[in-house]
Amino acid sequence: MTTPIGHRRYPSVGSVQPPAGTWTTPRFVRVVEYHLVGYRRMWRGSIVRIVISPILYLLSMGIGVGSLVDQRGAVDLAGGSYLAFVAPGLMAAAAMQSASAASLYPVLASVKWLRTAYGQVGTPLRPVDLVVGLQAWFAILALAAAIFFTLVLAVFGVVASPLVVLAPLATVLGGLSFSAPLAAWAMSQQDDHKFSVVFRLIVLPMFLLSGVFFPVEQLPAPLEAVAVVAPLWHTIELTRGLTLGTAGMSDFFHVAVLVAYVIAGCLYGKRTYTRRLYP
Amino acid sequence: MDDAGLSVPVAARGLTKTFGSFRAVDDVDFQVQPGEAFGFLGPNGAGKSSTMRMIGCVSPRTAGDLTVFGLDPTRDGSTIRARLGVVPQEDALDVELNVRENLYVYGRFFDLKRSEIRRRTEELLEFTQLTERADDRVEPLSGGMKRRLTIARALINQPDLVLLDEPTTGLDPQARHLVWDRLYRLKQQGATLILTTHYMDEAEQLCDRLVVMDNGRIVDDGSPRALIDRHCTKEVVELRLAATTDLERSAGHLRRDGLEVEVLPDRILIYADDGEAALSFADGVGLRPESALIRRSTLEDVFLALTGRTLVEAG
Repeated sequence: MTTPIGHRRYPSVGSVQPPAGTWTTPRFVRVVEYHLVGYRRMWRGSIVRIVISPILYLLSMGIGVGSLVDQRGAVDLAGGSYLAFVAPGLMAAAAMQSASAASLYPVLASVKWLRTAYGQVGTPLRPVDLVVGLQAWFAILALAAAIFFTLVLAVFGVVASPLVVLAPLATVLGGLSFSAPLAAWAMSQQDDHKFSVVFRLIVLPMFLLSGVFFPVEQLPAPLEAVAVVAPLWHTIELTRGLTLGTAGMSDFFHVAVLVAYVIAGCLYGKRTYTRRLYP
Repeated sequence: MDDAGLSVPVAARGLTKTFGSFRAVDDVDFQVQPGEAFGFLGPNGAGKSSTMRMIGCVSPRTAGDLTVFGLDPTRDGSTIRARLGVVPQEDALDVELNVRENLYVYGRFFDLKRSEIRRRTEELLEFTQLTERADDRVEPLSGGMKRRLTIARALINQPDLVLLDEPTTGLDPQARHLVWDRLYRLKQQGATLILTTHYMDEAEQLCDRLVVMDNGRIVDDGSPRALIDRHCTKEVVELRLAATTDLERSAGHLRRDGLEVEVLPDRILIYADDGEAALSFADGVGLRPESALIRRSTLEDVFLALTGRTLVEAG
Protein backbone atom coordinates (compact mmCIF):
# COMPACT_ATOMS: atom_id res chain seq x y z
CA MET A 1 0.00 0.00 0.00
CA THR A 2 1.20 3.48 -0.79
CA THR A 3 1.57 6.12 1.88
CA PRO A 4 -1.68 7.85 2.73
CA ILE A 5 -2.09 11.10 0.90
CA GLY A 6 -2.40 14.39 2.63
CA HIS A 7 -2.64 13.36 6.23
CA ARG A 8 -1.07 11.33 8.96
CA ARG A 9 -2.85 8.57 10.71
CA TYR A 10 -3.95 9.89 14.07
CA PRO A 11 -2.40 9.97 16.62
CA SER A 12 0.98 11.30 15.70
CA VAL A 13 1.67 13.17 18.89
CA GLY A 14 5.33 13.92 19.35
CA SER A 15 6.02 14.54 15.69
CA VAL A 16 4.54 17.99 15.92
CA GLN A 17 7.21 20.10 17.50
CA PRO A 18 10.37 20.28 15.46
CA PRO A 19 13.42 18.98 17.33
CA ALA A 20 15.20 21.58 19.42
CA GLY A 21 17.68 23.64 17.47
CA THR A 22 15.82 23.26 14.17
CA TRP A 23 15.52 26.53 12.27
CA THR A 24 11.97 27.71 11.87
CA THR A 25 11.19 30.67 9.65
CA PRO A 26 9.76 33.54 11.73
CA ARG A 27 6.04 33.70 11.04
CA PHE A 28 6.03 37.27 9.75
CA VAL A 29 8.71 36.31 7.20
CA ARG A 30 6.35 33.65 5.81
CA VAL A 31 3.85 36.45 5.26
CA VAL A 32 6.50 38.49 3.42
CA GLU A 33 7.15 35.49 1.17
CA TYR A 34 3.44 35.29 0.44
CA HIS A 35 3.34 38.92 -0.70
CA LEU A 36 6.45 38.34 -2.78
CA VAL A 37 4.76 35.48 -4.68
CA GLY A 38 1.78 37.73 -5.45
CA TYR A 39 4.08 40.60 -6.46
CA ARG A 40 5.76 38.46 -9.11
CA ARG A 41 2.53 38.83 -11.10
CA MET A 42 2.34 42.61 -10.95
CA TRP A 43 5.87 43.95 -10.60
CA ARG A 44 5.92 45.51 -14.07
CA GLY A 45 3.29 48.12 -13.27
CA SER A 46 4.94 48.88 -9.98
CA ILE A 47 8.39 49.30 -11.54
CA VAL A 48 7.02 51.81 -14.03
CA ARG A 49 5.62 53.87 -11.17
CA ILE A 50 8.85 53.65 -9.17
CA VAL A 51 10.91 54.80 -12.15
CA ILE A 52 8.67 57.36 -13.82
CA SER A 53 7.19 59.29 -10.90
CA PRO A 54 10.41 60.70 -9.39
CA ILE A 55 11.58 61.89 -12.78
CA LEU A 56 8.27 63.57 -13.57
CA TYR A 57 8.05 65.20 -10.15
CA LEU A 58 11.58 66.56 -10.30
CA LEU A 59 11.17 67.85 -13.82
CA SER A 60 7.90 69.68 -13.12
CA MET A 61 8.28 70.89 -9.54
CA GLY A 62 12.03 71.08 -9.31
CA ILE A 63 13.07 72.44 -12.63
CA GLY A 64 9.79 73.90 -13.94
CA VAL A 65 8.53 75.67 -10.83
CA GLY A 66 12.05 75.96 -9.44
CA SER A 67 13.26 78.17 -12.24
CA LEU A 68 10.50 80.69 -11.43
CA VAL A 69 11.11 80.59 -7.67
CA ASP A 70 14.87 80.92 -7.95
CA GLN A 71 14.51 84.02 -10.17
CA ARG A 72 12.43 85.77 -7.48
CA GLY A 73 14.73 84.70 -4.62
CA ALA A 74 12.03 85.66 -2.14
CA VAL A 75 12.65 82.96 0.46
CA ASP A 76 15.86 81.67 1.95
CA LEU A 77 15.79 77.94 1.21
CA ALA A 78 18.05 75.47 2.97
CA GLY A 79 19.73 74.04 -0.12
CA GLY A 80 20.02 77.21 -2.14
CA SER A 81 18.04 76.16 -5.21
CA TYR A 82 14.33 75.38 -5.12
CA LEU A 83 15.04 72.03 -6.81
CA ALA A 84 17.33 71.05 -3.92
CA PHE A 85 14.68 72.14 -1.44
CA VAL A 86 11.72 70.38 -3.01
CA ALA A 87 13.38 67.14 -4.17
CA PRO A 88 13.84 65.40 -0.76
CA GLY A 89 10.31 66.45 0.17
CA LEU A 90 8.93 64.89 -2.99
CA MET A 91 10.75 61.66 -2.17
CA ALA A 92 9.09 61.55 1.26
CA ALA A 93 5.69 62.46 -0.19
CA ALA A 94 5.92 59.73 -2.83
CA ALA A 95 6.53 57.17 -0.08
CA MET A 96 3.49 58.48 1.81
CA GLN A 97 1.26 58.16 -1.23
CA SER A 98 2.38 54.62 -2.07
CA ALA A 99 1.99 53.55 1.54
CA SER A 100 -1.51 55.02 1.79
CA ALA A 101 -2.73 53.44 -1.42
CA ALA A 102 -1.34 50.03 -0.50
CA SER A 103 -2.82 50.07 3.01
CA LEU A 104 -6.49 50.75 2.35
CA TYR A 105 -8.12 48.75 -0.46
CA PRO A 106 -5.78 45.72 -0.40
CA VAL A 107 -6.23 45.31 3.35
CA LEU A 108 -10.02 45.54 3.27
CA ALA A 109 -10.08 43.25 0.22
CA SER A 110 -8.24 40.55 2.16
CA VAL A 111 -11.14 40.26 4.61
CA LYS A 112 -14.15 41.50 2.66
CA TRP A 113 -13.91 40.66 -1.03
CA LEU A 114 -11.20 37.98 -1.29
CA ARG A 115 -11.29 36.76 2.33
CA THR A 116 -7.77 35.42 1.96
CA ALA A 117 -6.78 36.65 5.42
CA TYR A 118 -9.23 34.22 7.01
CA GLY A 119 -7.44 31.35 5.28
CA GLN A 120 -4.09 32.64 6.48
CA VAL A 121 -5.00 32.75 10.16
CA GLY A 122 -6.27 29.15 9.95
CA THR A 123 -2.60 28.14 9.77
CA PRO A 124 0.07 28.62 12.46
CA LEU A 125 0.04 32.33 11.52
CA ARG A 126 -1.64 34.71 13.96
CA PRO A 127 -3.26 38.07 13.23
CA VAL A 128 -0.20 39.89 14.56
CA ASP A 129 1.98 37.99 12.06
CA LEU A 130 -0.18 39.37 9.25
CA VAL A 131 0.26 42.88 10.66
CA VAL A 132 4.03 42.71 10.96
CA GLY A 133 4.47 40.71 7.75
CA LEU A 134 2.55 43.27 5.68
CA GLN A 135 4.54 46.19 7.10
CA ALA A 136 7.82 44.35 6.54
CA TRP A 137 6.80 43.76 2.94
CA PHE A 138 5.91 47.43 2.52
CA ALA A 139 9.31 48.33 3.94
CA ILE A 140 11.04 46.26 1.26
CA LEU A 141 9.02 47.85 -1.54
CA ALA A 142 9.47 51.34 -0.13
CA LEU A 143 13.20 50.80 0.23
CA ALA A 144 13.55 49.81 -3.42
CA ALA A 145 11.58 52.87 -4.51
CA ALA A 146 13.51 55.23 -2.21
CA ILE A 147 16.90 53.95 -3.35
CA PHE A 148 15.93 54.63 -6.93
CA PHE A 149 14.58 58.06 -6.00
CA THR A 150 17.88 58.87 -4.27
CA LEU A 151 19.80 57.89 -7.39
CA VAL A 152 17.61 60.25 -9.40
CA LEU A 153 18.38 62.99 -6.87
CA ALA A 154 22.08 62.39 -7.47
CA VAL A 155 21.59 62.58 -11.21
CA PHE A 156 19.77 65.89 -10.81
CA GLY A 157 22.75 67.13 -8.81
CA VAL A 158 20.79 67.70 -5.60
CA VAL A 159 22.86 65.55 -3.24
CA ALA A 160 25.18 67.58 -1.01
CA SER A 161 26.15 65.13 1.74
CA PRO A 162 27.36 61.52 2.12
CA LEU A 163 24.62 61.16 4.76
CA VAL A 164 22.27 60.78 1.81
CA VAL A 165 22.83 57.03 1.99
CA LEU A 166 20.57 57.13 5.06
CA ALA A 167 17.83 59.02 3.24
CA PRO A 168 16.15 55.87 1.84
CA LEU A 169 15.88 54.45 5.36
CA ALA A 170 14.28 57.65 6.60
CA THR A 171 11.87 57.50 3.69
CA VAL A 172 10.93 53.90 4.51
CA LEU A 173 10.27 54.87 8.11
CA GLY A 174 8.09 57.72 6.87
CA GLY A 175 6.13 55.35 4.63
CA LEU A 176 5.53 52.92 7.49
CA SER A 177 4.33 55.76 9.72
CA PHE A 178 1.39 55.94 7.29
CA SER A 179 0.90 52.34 6.28
CA ALA A 180 0.89 50.89 9.80
CA PRO A 181 -1.94 53.05 11.23
CA LEU A 182 -3.90 53.10 7.95
CA ALA A 183 -3.78 49.32 7.47
CA ALA A 184 -4.94 48.88 11.06
CA TRP A 185 -7.81 51.28 10.52
CA ALA A 186 -8.77 49.75 7.15
CA MET A 187 -9.08 46.36 8.86
CA SER A 188 -11.74 47.82 11.15
CA GLN A 189 -13.91 49.09 8.27
CA GLN A 190 -16.98 47.29 6.95
CA ASP A 191 -16.83 49.02 3.55
CA ASP A 192 -14.66 51.48 1.61
CA HIS A 193 -16.90 54.55 1.98
CA LYS A 194 -14.44 56.47 4.11
CA PHE A 195 -11.34 55.67 2.07
CA SER A 196 -11.73 58.63 -0.28
CA VAL A 197 -12.15 60.86 2.76
CA VAL A 198 -8.75 59.69 4.01
CA PHE A 199 -7.17 60.69 0.73
CA ARG A 200 -8.97 64.06 0.57
CA LEU A 201 -8.71 65.09 4.21
CA ILE A 202 -5.44 63.49 5.32
CA VAL A 203 -3.14 62.51 2.48
CA LEU A 204 -3.73 65.42 0.10
CA PRO A 205 -3.60 68.22 2.74
CA MET A 206 -0.43 66.72 4.17
CA PHE A 207 1.08 66.56 0.72
CA LEU A 208 0.28 70.22 0.12
CA LEU A 209 0.96 71.67 3.57
CA SER A 210 3.64 69.58 5.34
CA GLY A 211 6.64 71.34 3.94
CA VAL A 212 7.15 69.58 0.62
CA PHE A 213 6.77 72.74 -1.46
CA PHE A 214 7.55 75.49 1.07
CA PRO A 215 8.80 75.68 4.67
CA VAL A 216 5.96 75.17 7.17
CA GLU A 217 7.02 78.45 8.85
CA GLN A 218 5.26 80.16 5.93
CA LEU A 219 1.90 78.81 7.21
CA PRO A 220 -0.36 80.70 9.64
CA ALA A 221 0.56 79.64 13.18
CA PRO A 222 -2.41 77.31 13.87
CA LEU A 223 -1.87 75.43 10.61
CA GLU A 224 1.83 75.20 11.29
CA ALA A 225 1.06 73.57 14.63
CA VAL A 226 -1.00 70.93 12.82
CA ALA A 227 1.64 70.41 10.17
CA VAL A 228 4.43 69.66 12.63
CA VAL A 229 2.37 66.90 14.25
CA ALA A 230 1.87 65.17 10.91
CA PRO A 231 4.26 62.32 10.19
CA LEU A 232 5.06 63.65 6.73
CA TRP A 233 6.69 66.80 8.11
CA HIS A 234 9.03 64.72 10.29
CA THR A 235 9.94 62.53 7.32
CA ILE A 236 10.66 65.55 5.15
CA GLU A 237 12.83 67.17 7.81
CA LEU A 238 14.84 63.94 7.94
CA THR A 239 15.24 63.37 4.21
CA ARG A 240 16.02 67.02 3.58
CA GLY A 241 18.65 67.15 6.30
CA LEU A 242 20.31 63.94 5.11
CA THR A 243 20.29 64.94 1.45
CA LEU A 244 21.49 68.51 1.89
CA GLY A 245 23.87 67.84 4.77
CA THR A 246 22.02 69.96 7.31
CA ALA A 247 21.10 67.03 9.59
CA GLY A 248 21.61 67.54 13.33
CA MET A 249 20.69 66.22 16.75
CA SER A 250 17.05 67.25 16.29
CA ASP A 251 16.75 64.52 13.69
CA PHE A 252 16.79 61.89 16.43
CA PHE A 253 13.59 63.50 17.62
CA HIS A 254 12.04 63.09 14.16
CA VAL A 255 13.08 59.44 14.10
CA ALA A 256 11.52 58.91 17.52
CA VAL A 257 8.22 60.46 16.43
CA LEU A 258 8.07 58.30 13.30
CA VAL A 259 8.97 55.14 15.20
CA ALA A 260 6.19 55.96 17.64
CA TYR A 261 3.70 56.23 14.75
CA VAL A 262 4.83 52.84 13.42
CA ILE A 263 4.67 51.08 16.78
CA ALA A 264 1.33 52.61 17.66
CA GLY A 265 0.05 51.62 14.23
CA CYS A 266 1.17 48.01 14.67
CA LEU A 267 -0.37 47.76 18.15
CA TYR A 268 -3.60 49.22 16.83
CA GLY A 269 -3.35 46.73 13.96
CA LYS A 270 -2.89 43.80 16.29
CA ARG A 271 -6.16 44.84 17.90
CA THR A 272 -8.21 45.40 14.74
CA TYR A 273 -6.83 42.35 12.93
CA THR A 274 -7.55 40.11 15.93
CA ARG A 275 -11.08 41.43 16.31
CA ARG A 276 -11.80 40.96 12.65
CA LEU A 277 -10.09 37.62 12.05
CA TYR A 278 -10.78 35.89 15.37
CA PRO A 279 -14.40 36.94 15.99
CA MET B 1 -1.33 17.08 29.34
CA ASP B 2 -2.64 13.66 30.33
CA ASP B 3 -2.76 10.54 28.18
CA ALA B 4 -6.52 10.64 27.93
CA GLY B 5 -6.35 14.14 26.50
CA LEU B 6 -3.85 13.10 23.87
CA SER B 7 -6.00 10.34 22.47
CA VAL B 8 -9.05 12.55 21.95
CA PRO B 9 -8.80 14.90 18.95
CA VAL B 10 -11.58 17.17 20.20
CA ALA B 11 -13.45 17.32 23.50
CA ALA B 12 -15.98 20.00 24.43
CA ARG B 13 -17.95 20.46 27.59
CA GLY B 14 -20.40 23.28 28.18
CA LEU B 15 -18.97 24.99 25.12
CA THR B 16 -20.66 28.34 24.57
CA LYS B 17 -20.23 31.22 22.13
CA THR B 18 -22.17 34.44 22.33
CA PHE B 19 -22.11 37.49 20.08
CA GLY B 20 -23.60 40.27 22.18
CA SER B 21 -26.83 38.84 23.53
CA PHE B 22 -27.07 36.21 20.78
CA ARG B 23 -26.11 32.70 21.89
CA ALA B 24 -24.67 31.15 18.72
CA VAL B 25 -23.50 28.04 20.55
CA ASP B 26 -25.26 27.25 23.77
CA ASP B 27 -23.69 24.86 26.25
CA VAL B 28 -22.80 21.92 24.00
CA ASP B 29 -20.91 18.73 24.91
CA PHE B 30 -19.30 16.39 22.41
CA GLN B 31 -16.21 14.28 21.83
CA VAL B 32 -14.60 13.30 18.57
CA GLN B 33 -12.73 10.00 18.46
CA PRO B 34 -9.54 9.33 16.50
CA GLY B 35 -10.20 8.19 12.94
CA GLU B 36 -13.89 8.92 12.92
CA ALA B 37 -15.90 11.13 10.62
CA PHE B 38 -17.95 13.33 12.89
CA GLY B 39 -20.72 15.56 11.62
CA PHE B 40 -22.70 18.58 12.73
CA LEU B 41 -26.09 18.47 11.04
CA GLY B 42 -28.39 21.45 11.23
CA PRO B 43 -29.90 24.36 9.35
CA ASN B 44 -28.10 27.65 8.68
CA GLY B 45 -27.66 29.57 11.91
CA ALA B 46 -27.75 26.47 14.10
CA GLY B 47 -24.26 27.18 15.45
CA LYS B 48 -22.33 24.67 13.35
CA SER B 49 -19.86 27.13 11.84
CA SER B 50 -19.28 28.92 15.14
CA THR B 51 -18.45 25.57 16.72
CA MET B 52 -16.10 24.75 13.86
CA ARG B 53 -14.30 28.08 14.21
CA MET B 54 -13.75 27.47 17.90
CA ILE B 55 -12.31 24.03 17.14
CA GLY B 56 -10.17 25.64 14.43
CA CYS B 57 -8.76 28.06 17.03
CA VAL B 58 -9.88 31.14 15.10
CA SER B 59 -12.66 32.19 17.45
CA PRO B 60 -12.28 32.41 21.22
CA ARG B 61 -14.92 30.57 23.21
CA THR B 62 -17.15 32.55 25.55
CA ALA B 63 -17.49 29.81 28.18
CA GLY B 64 -16.99 26.11 28.75
CA ASP B 65 -14.10 23.74 28.15
CA LEU B 66 -12.57 22.87 24.81
CA THR B 67 -9.47 20.86 24.04
CA VAL B 68 -8.03 20.00 20.65
CA PHE B 69 -5.35 17.28 20.74
CA GLY B 70 -5.51 17.79 24.49
CA LEU B 71 -4.36 21.41 24.12
CA ASP B 72 -6.16 24.64 24.94
CA PRO B 73 -7.06 26.68 21.81
CA THR B 74 -6.70 29.95 23.71
CA ARG B 75 -3.13 29.26 24.76
CA ASP B 76 -1.84 26.90 22.07
CA GLY B 77 -3.78 28.07 19.02
CA SER B 78 -0.79 28.27 16.72
CA THR B 79 0.48 24.82 17.71
CA ILE B 80 -2.94 23.26 17.23
CA ARG B 81 -3.51 24.95 13.89
CA ALA B 82 -0.22 23.53 12.64
CA ARG B 83 -1.91 20.10 12.84
CA LEU B 84 -5.29 21.04 11.38
CA GLY B 85 -6.53 21.08 7.81
CA VAL B 86 -9.29 23.62 7.36
CA VAL B 87 -11.80 23.79 4.51
CA PRO B 88 -13.80 26.93 5.31
CA GLN B 89 -17.30 27.59 4.05
CA GLU B 90 -15.97 30.08 1.51
CA ASP B 91 -12.93 28.96 -0.44
CA ALA B 92 -10.92 32.16 0.11
CA LEU B 93 -8.30 31.10 -2.41
CA ASP B 94 -5.77 33.52 -3.88
CA VAL B 95 -7.59 33.91 -7.17
CA GLU B 96 -4.79 35.93 -8.79
CA LEU B 97 -2.33 33.09 -8.25
CA ASN B 98 -2.32 29.80 -10.13
CA VAL B 99 -3.29 26.45 -8.62
CA ARG B 100 0.25 25.40 -7.79
CA GLU B 101 1.14 28.78 -6.26
CA ASN B 102 -1.88 28.55 -3.97
CA LEU B 103 -0.56 25.32 -2.54
CA TYR B 104 2.96 26.74 -2.37
CA VAL B 105 2.15 29.86 -0.35
CA TYR B 106 -0.08 27.89 1.97
CA GLY B 107 2.62 25.28 2.53
CA ARG B 108 5.04 28.04 3.41
CA PHE B 109 2.64 29.31 6.10
CA PHE B 110 3.34 25.97 7.80
CA ASP B 111 7.06 26.50 7.18
CA LEU B 112 7.29 23.37 5.02
CA LYS B 113 10.45 23.02 2.96
CA ARG B 114 10.14 24.06 -0.67
CA SER B 115 11.11 20.60 -1.94
CA GLU B 116 8.58 19.00 0.41
CA ILE B 117 5.83 21.32 -0.81
CA ARG B 118 6.64 20.49 -4.42
CA ARG B 119 6.44 16.78 -3.70
CA ARG B 120 3.15 17.01 -1.82
CA THR B 121 1.70 19.37 -4.42
CA GLU B 122 2.03 16.74 -7.15
CA GLU B 123 0.38 14.13 -4.90
CA LEU B 124 -2.45 16.40 -3.88
CA LEU B 125 -3.15 17.64 -7.39
CA GLU B 126 -3.39 14.02 -8.44
CA PHE B 127 -5.65 13.22 -5.50
CA THR B 128 -8.01 16.10 -6.22
CA GLN B 129 -7.81 15.61 -10.01
CA LEU B 130 -6.39 19.05 -10.69
CA THR B 131 -3.06 18.06 -12.24
CA GLU B 132 -4.08 19.35 -15.66
CA ARG B 133 -5.00 22.76 -14.24
CA ALA B 134 -1.86 23.09 -12.09
CA ASP B 135 -0.53 26.14 -13.93
CA ASP B 136 -3.85 27.86 -14.53
CA ARG B 137 -5.02 30.86 -12.61
CA VAL B 138 -7.65 30.05 -9.99
CA GLU B 139 -10.13 32.79 -10.89
CA PRO B 140 -11.72 31.08 -13.93
CA LEU B 141 -11.91 27.59 -12.40
CA SER B 142 -15.33 26.06 -11.78
CA GLY B 143 -16.85 25.98 -8.30
CA GLY B 144 -16.13 22.28 -7.97
CA MET B 145 -12.48 22.71 -8.92
CA LYS B 146 -12.03 25.59 -6.48
CA ARG B 147 -13.55 23.43 -3.76
CA ARG B 148 -11.18 20.58 -4.55
CA LEU B 149 -8.25 23.00 -4.53
CA THR B 150 -9.36 24.24 -1.12
CA ILE B 151 -9.39 20.62 0.07
CA ALA B 152 -5.94 20.01 -1.42
CA ARG B 153 -4.68 23.16 0.30
CA ALA B 154 -6.07 21.97 3.62
CA LEU B 155 -4.10 18.72 3.28
CA ILE B 156 -0.71 20.29 2.44
CA ASN B 157 0.48 20.01 6.05
CA GLN B 158 -0.66 16.39 6.40
CA PRO B 159 -3.11 17.33 9.14
CA ASP B 160 -4.11 15.05 11.98
CA LEU B 161 -7.64 16.44 11.86
CA VAL B 162 -9.53 17.90 8.91
CA LEU B 163 -12.32 20.45 9.46
CA LEU B 164 -14.79 20.83 6.61
CA ASP B 165 -17.45 23.53 6.87
CA GLU B 166 -20.22 22.68 4.41
CA PRO B 167 -17.83 21.03 1.97
CA THR B 168 -20.32 20.67 -0.90
CA THR B 169 -22.73 23.58 -0.48
CA GLY B 170 -23.27 25.30 -3.80
CA LEU B 171 -21.81 22.50 -5.94
CA ASP B 172 -23.69 20.75 -8.69
CA PRO B 173 -24.49 17.04 -8.11
CA GLN B 174 -21.58 15.77 -10.17
CA ALA B 175 -19.04 18.00 -8.44
CA ARG B 176 -20.54 17.05 -5.10
CA HIS B 177 -20.10 13.34 -5.73
CA LEU B 178 -16.48 13.84 -6.68
CA VAL B 179 -15.83 15.70 -3.40
CA TRP B 180 -17.64 13.00 -1.43
CA ASP B 181 -15.55 10.35 -3.13
CA ARG B 182 -12.30 12.11 -2.15
CA LEU B 183 -13.45 12.65 1.42
CA TYR B 184 -14.50 9.04 1.65
CA ARG B 185 -11.02 7.96 0.56
CA LEU B 186 -9.43 10.22 3.16
CA LYS B 187 -11.63 8.64 5.79
CA GLN B 188 -10.70 5.15 4.62
CA GLN B 189 -7.05 6.05 5.00
CA GLY B 190 -7.72 6.80 8.64
CA ALA B 191 -8.07 10.57 8.71
CA THR B 192 -10.18 12.14 11.42
CA LEU B 193 -12.80 14.35 9.81
CA ILE B 194 -15.21 16.85 11.29
CA LEU B 195 -17.77 18.29 8.93
CA THR B 196 -20.84 20.46 9.04
CA THR B 197 -23.67 20.06 6.62
CA HIS B 198 -27.31 20.76 6.08
CA TYR B 199 -27.57 17.95 3.57
CA MET B 200 -28.86 14.77 5.15
CA ASP B 201 -27.48 12.61 2.32
CA GLU B 202 -24.03 14.07 2.92
CA ALA B 203 -24.27 13.27 6.62
CA GLU B 204 -25.51 9.75 5.90
CA GLN B 205 -22.79 9.05 3.38
CA LEU B 206 -19.81 10.44 5.23
CA CYS B 207 -20.47 10.51 8.96
CA ASP B 208 -19.85 7.66 11.38
CA ARG B 209 -21.45 9.72 14.07
CA LEU B 210 -23.18 13.06 14.16
CA VAL B 211 -24.88 15.56 16.36
CA VAL B 212 -28.03 17.36 15.32
CA MET B 213 -27.85 21.08 16.14
CA ASP B 214 -30.68 23.57 16.34
CA ASN B 215 -30.57 27.10 17.77
CA GLY B 216 -27.10 26.64 19.16
CA ARG B 217 -27.90 23.45 21.04
CA ILE B 218 -27.30 19.77 20.40
CA VAL B 219 -30.68 18.08 20.23
CA ASP B 220 -29.44 14.51 19.77
CA ASP B 221 -26.44 12.50 18.68
CA GLY B 222 -25.57 9.08 17.36
CA SER B 223 -24.81 7.26 14.13
CA PRO B 224 -27.05 8.19 11.20
CA ARG B 225 -28.70 4.76 11.41
CA ALA B 226 -29.18 4.94 15.16
CA LEU B 227 -30.75 8.40 14.91
CA ILE B 228 -33.14 7.23 12.23
CA ASP B 229 -34.06 4.12 14.22
CA ARG B 230 -34.59 6.16 17.37
CA HIS B 231 -36.78 8.86 15.92
CA CYS B 232 -38.35 7.35 12.83
CA THR B 233 -40.02 4.37 11.36
CA LYS B 234 -38.47 2.37 8.59
CA GLU B 235 -40.45 4.03 5.84
CA VAL B 236 -42.17 7.32 5.17
CA VAL B 237 -45.18 7.89 2.93
CA GLU B 238 -45.42 11.35 1.42
CA LEU B 239 -48.90 12.35 0.30
CA ARG B 240 -49.48 15.41 -1.84
CA LEU B 241 -53.10 16.42 -1.76
CA ALA B 242 -55.12 18.85 -3.82
CA ALA B 243 -54.53 22.44 -2.74
CA THR B 244 -58.10 22.76 -1.48
CA THR B 245 -57.78 19.85 0.94
CA ASP B 246 -57.80 20.58 4.66
CA LEU B 247 -54.55 18.87 5.59
CA GLU B 248 -55.13 18.98 9.35
CA ARG B 249 -58.53 17.35 8.98
CA SER B 250 -57.11 14.63 6.75
CA ALA B 251 -54.27 14.06 9.20
CA GLY B 252 -56.86 13.75 11.96
CA HIS B 253 -58.51 10.85 10.15
CA LEU B 254 -55.19 9.07 9.85
CA ARG B 255 -54.21 9.70 13.47
CA ARG B 256 -57.52 8.26 14.62
CA ASP B 257 -56.45 5.05 13.00
CA GLY B 258 -53.25 5.02 15.01
CA LEU B 259 -50.83 6.27 12.35
CA GLU B 260 -47.97 8.60 13.15
CA VAL B 261 -48.51 11.66 10.98
CA GLU B 262 -46.72 14.94 10.34
CA VAL B 263 -48.34 17.83 8.48
CA LEU B 264 -46.13 20.04 6.33
CA PRO B 265 -47.30 23.14 4.44
CA ASP B 266 -47.63 21.24 1.18
CA ARG B 267 -47.99 17.56 2.13
CA ILE B 268 -48.67 14.96 4.77
CA LEU B 269 -46.02 12.51 5.97
CA ILE B 270 -47.02 9.13 7.40
CA TYR B 271 -44.39 7.27 9.40
CA ALA B 272 -44.75 3.52 9.10
CA ASP B 273 -42.65 0.39 9.01
CA ASP B 274 -44.72 -0.82 6.10
CA GLY B 275 -45.36 2.02 3.67
CA GLU B 276 -47.65 0.05 1.35
CA ALA B 277 -49.95 -0.90 4.21
CA ALA B 278 -50.07 2.71 5.41
CA LEU B 279 -50.90 3.91 1.93
CA SER B 280 -53.82 1.50 1.55
CA PHE B 281 -54.95 2.60 5.00
CA ALA B 282 -55.06 6.18 3.78
CA ASP B 283 -57.01 5.02 0.78
CA GLY B 284 -59.44 3.28 3.16
CA VAL B 285 -60.24 6.49 5.03
CA GLY B 286 -61.01 8.21 1.77
CA LEU B 287 -57.85 10.26 1.09
CA ARG B 288 -57.26 10.76 -2.62
CA PRO B 289 -53.72 12.15 -2.94
CA GLU B 290 -52.54 13.70 -6.20
CA SER B 291 -49.31 11.81 -5.71
CA ALA B 292 -47.97 9.36 -3.16
CA LEU B 293 -44.34 8.43 -2.53
CA ILE B 294 -43.05 5.67 -0.28
CA ARG B 295 -39.40 6.13 0.68
CA ARG B 296 -36.88 5.10 3.30
CA SER B 297 -36.71 7.48 6.23
CA THR B 298 -33.76 9.86 6.33
CA LEU B 299 -32.01 12.27 8.66
CA GLU B 300 -34.36 14.94 7.34
CA ASP B 301 -37.14 13.07 9.11
CA VAL B 302 -35.03 12.86 12.24
CA PHE B 303 -34.57 16.61 12.18
CA LEU B 304 -38.29 17.10 11.69
CA ALA B 305 -39.08 14.78 14.57
CA LEU B 306 -36.59 16.60 16.81
CA THR B 307 -37.46 20.20 15.97
CA GLY B 308 -40.86 20.15 14.28
CA ARG B 309 -39.37 21.84 11.22
CA THR B 310 -37.73 20.61 8.05
CA LEU B 311 -34.11 21.52 7.46
CA VAL B 312 -35.19 23.64 4.50
CA GLU B 313 -37.78 25.59 6.49
CA ALA B 314 -35.34 26.06 9.34
CA GLY B 315 -32.59 27.36 7.06
